Amino acid sequence: MEPNEILFLFIAVATVVSAAIVAFSSKIIHSAFALLASFMGFAALYVYLSAGFLAVTQILIYVGGILILILFGVMMTHGIYDTAKKTAHNALSVSLLGGLAIAAVLLLIITRSPWAPILHKPFQPTTQLIGAAILTNYLLPFEIISVLLLGALIGAVYLARAEDKQK
Amino acid sequence: MIQLPSFLIISAIVFTLGIFTILYKKNAVGILMGVELILNSVNLNFIAFAKYVDVGINGQLVAIFIIILAASEAAIALAIILSLYRERATIDVTLVDEMKD
Repeated sequence: MEPNEILFLFIAVATVVSAAIVAFSSKIIHSAFALLASFMGFAALYVYLSAGFLAVTQILIYVGGILILILFGVMMTHGIYDTAKKTAHNALSVSLLGGLAIAAVLLLIITRSPWAPILHKPFQPTTQLIGAAILTNYLLPFEIISVLLLGALIGAVYLARAEDKQK
Repeated sequence: MIQLPSFLIISAIVFTLGIFTILYKKNAVGILMGVELILNSVNLNFIAFAKYVDVGINGQLVAIFIIILAASEAAIALAIILSLYRERATIDVTLVDEMKD
């Protein structure tokens, strides 16, 4: 095996194992930190797909933004040493059944589908292509998503503000 | 060795773990983590297809829009969770069932 394949294998295993820790850990704070490792693993996998811009965006937005939000959520809704609520789970058997059903469907799809012919594209920087596409073919979705972000911003502030101050 | 199916398999495993997380956790923040896992695995699929199947890079652009949607979704969901916690002092989703009937 070549060195980059060994590295790929390591990254893949690290991503999947940390995702499993997110799923099975009984402490929500452990799940949050395992989610950090999983996001970093995904960013590394994007580099293998010659998507450098996406990898940096993943680290900036997921690790720097969403994960910090989730950590705030964990810290603000629990005392850190409050264990009774954290360990509460739904029935393991029912959840596993649901997960296995999804896994069976995905396995069927991956093995049975006739995939399109594989292209062998060289590694190339895509940042310039992404910028050009956003301002030409993807201009309308780009504008719509800007309005949606504004709406989400205002909505989040409206929902999270303290109600008693307005009375 | 590093080909399209390896990325699809990683993505499928993480997607399954995300579904399992949503079903298994009672904590609303935990459910949000499951949703984030699912969105990440879908992104990996899109980018893998953009490299191996598509002549352009449409998959990467869709992935960017998914990342933006995930960010706004996380912000809204945490705002809802915080206001729920302020109202009820719990974020156990099995205890919040007024709209069930």
